[in-house]
Amino acid sequence: MNLMMLLEMAATALGDRVAVGSSDAAVTCSDLMGRAAGLAGRLRASGAERLVLCDEPGAVLPVALFGAAWAGAAYVPVNYRLPDDDLRALAERAAPALAVTDDAGARRLAGVEGLEVVERDTLLEDPSGGAEAAGPGDWPSDPDAAAVLLYTSGTSGPPKAAVLRHRHLVSYVFGTVEFASAGPGEAHIMAVPPYHVASVAAQLSQVYSGRRIVPLARFDPDAWIDEVRDEGVTHAMLVPTMLARIVDALDRRGETLETVRFVSYGGGKSHRAVVERALEVFPAAGFSHAYGLTETSSTVCVMGPDDHRRCAASDDPVERARLSSAGRPLPGVEVSVRSADGVEAQTGSAGEIWVRGEQVAGEYAEGGSQLDEDGWFCTRDSGHLDEDGYLWVHGRNDDIIIRGGENMSPGEIEDALLTHPAVADAAAFGVPSREWGEEVAVCVVTRTPAPSADDLRELVRARLRSSRVPARVEFVDELPYNDTGKLLRRELRGRYASDPVPRR
Amino acid sequence: MVELRPGARFQSTVCATEVIVVKGTGTAELSCGGAPMVPAGSAERAGEPSADASGGTLLGKRYGDGDETVEVLCTKAGEGSLALAGVALAVKVTKPLPASD
Repeated sequence: MNLMMLLEMAATALGDRVAVGSSDAAVTCSDLMGRAAGLAGRLRASGAERLVLCDEPGAVLPVALFGAAWAGAAYVPVNYRLPDDDLRALAERAAPALAVTDDAGARRLAGVEGLEVVERDTLLEDPSGGAEAAGPGDWPSDPDAAAVLLYTSGTSGPPKAAVLRHRHLVSYVFGTVEFASAGPGEAHIMAVPPYHVASVAAQLSQVYSGRRIVPLARFDPDAWIDEVRDEGVTHAMLVPTMLARIVDALDRRGETLETVRFVSYGGGKSHRAVVERALEVFPAAGFSHAYGLTETSSTVCVMGPDDHRRCAASDDPVERARLSSAGRPLPGVEVSVRSADGVEAQTGSAGEIWVRGEQVAGEYAEGGSQLDEDGWFCTRDSGHLDEDGYLWVHGRNDDIIIRGGENMSPGEIEDALLTHPAVADAAAFGVPSREWGEEVAVCVVTRTPAPSADDLRELVRARLRSSRVPARVEFVDELPYNDTGKLLRRELRGRYASDPVPRR
Repeated sequence: MVELRPGARFQSTVCATEVIVVKGTGTAELSCGGAPMVPAGSAERAGEPSADASGGTLLGKRYGDGDETVEVLCTKAGEGSLALAGVALAVKVTKPLPASD
């Protein structure tokens, strides 16, 4: 089993279909196959065991991903925003390797031992670099070979390399995508950074379904909107911070986007107010909310377009609230919520989220497999399953606030704050308290006219209960996010931990 | 007889068909073109599909048995048709999945 099976199928049935590119610079499925063969030949000739991709989203991504798979080398996308020393350290760990990057990246990566560097534009023009291209179908078939190494975003601790093997990713695609199901005019805008698992999943899914990938090099909400219009984009995947910024920009421009028929969002907590607004500015789109991790080959639970429509239109508060849930497990994926001692939680009770399935890798280059003996992987997210099997993700386990023995989900408090029209963004986190162990603290970004701290306390008291009322309310200009859009509550906790909480 | 497990790949011996198992485990009599299928890459093609099993396979389609215990996906198309223990496998009409990326 090899990722190349997916491209080979697409090239066989949809050879002339555009795989990636804007309408004036397109690479068809057949072209992609040819370039991957060239790159595979080059990798084999050089003895590279990994391909380091240090670049923004672009046409080179699928060439690199499939070319590496063909050669039996792992594809290792790294964050081009890393400081030089960190970037070079990751490249050193990947050696012997071929790095694909832009001219600035080439300068930054020059001289790393065991690393050959090639500029992206050169590679696209001449993938083999004079080497003999790989032969038809001669990719390795070991399903257990590492296909992709992804440095996890590290909201806690130093980055670790998650290992995704060919069988995990191929299972994910076979389990979630119908072959050649895209219409000839469909296009997917790829704006998530290459080192995010969603980028890898999107490339595989789009190629296999026959949908053109339109890469957007540098995310900016206005550039995104313009590209969608220029290219007639029909499909999009966004992390919640991107979605929020696009919705704001569309509001500011007084525009809606009619060509978009499908929007998927995930990879962090999304705020209900943003989702409700998004339904309006993408009037023709079906929405999917995906929950997944790097270690699970992307999505494991999904709240699909039908769920969105039904819940958004419902008068039943239980149904309507489900807009904030992560939906139900994909076919072939099992989800279990367990207490800290491993006992399965009752419906509605919070615990740790565990997942199992063919696509669940749960392995790090540094620490080996984290699956238990029955194949279950602990996500370290906290959540609960409701009576209809919808999964609710409360947040990272480490972010759960424990006040006087009561576990509280920061997301629930943030959602309550965000119902205030003048609250633009909110983060809840725990700070040490002598009396309660932890107390609830919140940081909010407000618009004018800004509410007072007591207004916000009253809002939380009214919508939730008194134990959730923040002891500390801080007004800030912005909240800290990592560059894949994850809110860094840990950083806020650190910032305010040493300050005693004033008594209420 | 072959050993089914998700991810296992099999080839026809009488046409170009290859499949991958999406669902199903255990020993099974999987055939294509009237001849038993073998692990992918383990045999050369020899002979032709039998007349009663030459409906052909379609690339990327899922094939399943009536009681939904086994599902295979066609990764290479051929002239033979698939069967499990002598009973023809049918193209599965799948309900559209809520695409997530």
